[in-house]
Amino acid sequence: MENPTTTVDAKGQSCPMPVLMTAKAAKELQPGETMLIEATDNGARSDIPAWVDQTGNELVESSEEGDVMRFLVRKK
Amino acid sequence: MTDTPMNTEPESMTIIAFSGDLDKLWPTTILSSTAAANGMDVTVFFTFWGLFPLVKDDVRITGYDAMTKMLAGMNAPGMKKAKLSKLNMGGMGSWMMRKVAKKNNLMPPEELFGMAQDMGVNMWPCQMTMDLLGIENDQMVDGLGDPVGAATALKKMSNSNISLFI
Repeated sequence: MENPTTTVDAKGQSCPMPVLMTAKAAKELQPGETMLIEATDNGARSDIPAWVDQTGNELVESSEEGDVMRFLVRKK
Repeated sequence: MTDTPMNTEPESMTIIAFSGDLDKLWPTTILSSTAAANGMDVTVFFTFWGLFPLVKDDVRITGYDAMTKMLAGMNAPGMKKAKLSKLNMGGMGSWMMRKVAKKNNLMPPEELFGMAQDMGVNMWPCQMTMDLLGIENDQMVDGLGDPVGAATALKKMSNSNISLFI
């Protein structure tokens, strides 16, 4: 996974916090920069990709390791 | 010129928050903050029972006469005092639900409400309900929009992709 510009640690947070934290972090990014979102809420598995779709950003890759889901998102 | 949403405009959602119940404040605050996170233009119109949660928690009573004051006495204003729509059991139900929410890291509605405000959600109190129930501007939480009426709410709804009544 490439080095992200910023990391969003939403581990332990419940819906809707991972998405709200992601949106907040995205505001600070320049187009082309990336952020790594880490979450443990099962809803995030579909919610982060849905947010990416809705906002027109790009999901570069996603992975899961144990309880932790990781999403690398590029700001468009 | 029409007021219909164009491709260049952000999508829009309007929620009519009619209920002041604790269990309905959750979907209202979760959906409005998340829609704002999705880049949507979001407005919540608080009307009737939905207006009581907008009253500051330290305001114990609202109203202008015996009946409206009694109403506020039986339906304590303030988001922290909101009751469950069922199984409230004199407050034990809402206390337990808040406990369960905390255990599962679900934020309470008053915090989600603040987050939604931070994200630019318009919070509109219903002017008619304020007059009817005797709820004053300075009794309500900060950061609300100007009180409006049904026509303003409907205009917003007619320009919204999503309109909900909660």
